[in-house]
Amino acid sequence: MPGLEDLYREIILDHHRNPRNRGELPPPAPHAVGHNPLCGDEIDVYVQVDDGIITDVKVGGQGCSISQSSASMMSQAIKGRPVDEVQALIRRFKGMMSIPDEDGNPIEPDPAVKLGDLEALQGVVKYPVRIKCAVLSWYTLLDALSQA
Amino acid sequence: MTTPQPFDVATIKQQFPLLQRELNGAPLVYLDSANTAQKPQVVIDAMSRFMVHSYAPINRSAYALAAEATDFYEGARTKVQRFINARRAHEIVFTKNATESLNLVAFSWGRANLQAGDVVLLTHMEHHANIVPWHMLAAERGIVLRWVPLTADGQLDLTDLTSLLDGAKVFSFTAMSNVLGTITPVQQLCAAAHAAGALAIVDGCQYVPHNVTDVQAWDADFLAFSSHKLCGPSGVGVLWGREALLDAMPPFLGGGNMIADVRLDGFTTAELPAKFEAGTPPITEVVGLGAAVDFLTGLGMCNIRQHEIDVASYAMRSLTERFGGDIQLHGPTNVEVRGATFSFGFRGIHPHDLSQVLDQTNVCVRAGHHCAKPLMRLLGVNATARASFYLYNDTADVDVFADALDSASDIFAM
Repeated sequence: MPGLEDLYREIILDHHRNPRNRGELPPPAPHAVGHNPLCGDEIDVYVQVDDGIITDVKVGGQGCSISQSSASMMSQAIKGRPVDEVQALIRRFKGMMSIPDEDGNPIEPDPAVKLGDLEALQGVVKYPVRIKCAVLSWYTLLDALSQA
Repeated sequence: MTTPQPFDVATIKQQFPLLQRELNGAPLVYLDSANTAQKPQVVIDAMSRFMVHSYAPINRSAYALAAEATDFYEGARTKVQRFINARRAHEIVFTKNATESLNLVAFSWGRANLQAGDVVLLTHMEHHANIVPWHMLAAERGIVLRWVPLTADGQLDLTDLTSLLDGAKVFSFTAMSNVLGTITPVQQLCAAAHAAGALAIVDGCQYVPHNVTDVQAWDADFLAFSSHKLCGPSGVGVLWGREALLDAMPPFLGGGNMIADVRLDGFTTAELPAKFEAGTPPITEVVGLGAAVDFLTGLGMCNIRQHEIDVASYAMRSLTERFGGDIQLHGPTNVEVRGATFSFGFRGIHPHDLSQVLDQTNVCVRAGHHCAKPLMRLLGVNATARASFYLYNDTADVDVFADALDSASDIFAM
């Protein structure tokens, strides 16, 4: 279908069809639920943090291809990484989604932070309604990390 | 009621300027009228002419122009009165939207009449506008909410209605579901409510734009609906209520226009309908609503209903023939008890993705929970896609919609 290739990249569809790290972690692993009030989508993010390292992550819930693939790619990108690196990645990802920082200024891309497969989600920016879908799991991750 | 006449959709469509618009070289197929309807030229002209020629404050100035503006505003009230067959024009209250109308009843009538433990009966297919105000009242004063369940095909399950209504003070229900398209037996529900000593409040948002409305035949107590879903402008809604009920109710919003007198130690309220119209109302929008009512009345509400039965029948037949079990149409299959609003699932594709792909061919459908999350939970989904047809849609639109659905499979083949 012409025009949608930027949005529905093959790697996104692959993560949508075969989401990675699906499931849940038992308590007391930090767990947060994110809601997209626009469409009713819900996403669950569970993290296991040991000595400042995210040793495990699981994703649950339901959503569209963009929210599900973003969550799947996110889980791959953060597993085994130190929390401070993940915080930098979250910031980089929000910048790619045109989300400003706390003071309302654009987030400049930090070249030291590599996005890898997540760059496939860049095309979402052209569809502003879908940005909320792409960032839902990332805000939910922030919420879960705040409990760790 | 007159005999339905052949409905000339092509001519009707030409009266809607926005529907002449092309995007990327192709026409728009607007299937989101349950969300908000497009506006015919006569409504746009009436509002424009009023602002160019007759705009002035209403109800408070002696000069001729202000009297003329007031006549336009009150003229619209009389048009709405006739449109729903209310007994008196002053039973028509202009609000901001149907949501405000329902809040007005819940908080004005509800606070004056409901105590802790009092029961309000709702249904499982209500819009949030007919749920949340009652939840708020429950938190404020401990009223109890009960819910009429649904049948498997998305109609109200009235098996236990008598026991659900036992002791209830209010039965507030939709006349047509914004998700399922289900048309409810309003007259029967009003009679059941009254037999139990409860008020009957009708959410007519989805029903009134598509059907003949007669509040006296229904024997309802209140009716809420909005202008923007019946080809009028946004920013104005209607609350109709029985004169005796409205008269006995305390005001909702306080301010200018709604008072008879204000002193340092208090105030007295104005007569109906001013008592419930505090502040400057959406004057131009009310005039536009009057023009929309004239437009629909001119076409004939029974003709519009028949046209939508035809389109709904065609849509159910052709979509089912073409896609079989790959499409799940929610709601009743009997067109006698449904409008032309269809929530659907398609080949497991998420509604947001579906609507994004349909948008490539300018097919506008809503994706989401449709402000009916309790119903979504009952259906076992987070969201649905929804195609809603109105007087300017025809069977050709159904065909374009079906073609666009097919192309969604190309991308999301699992």
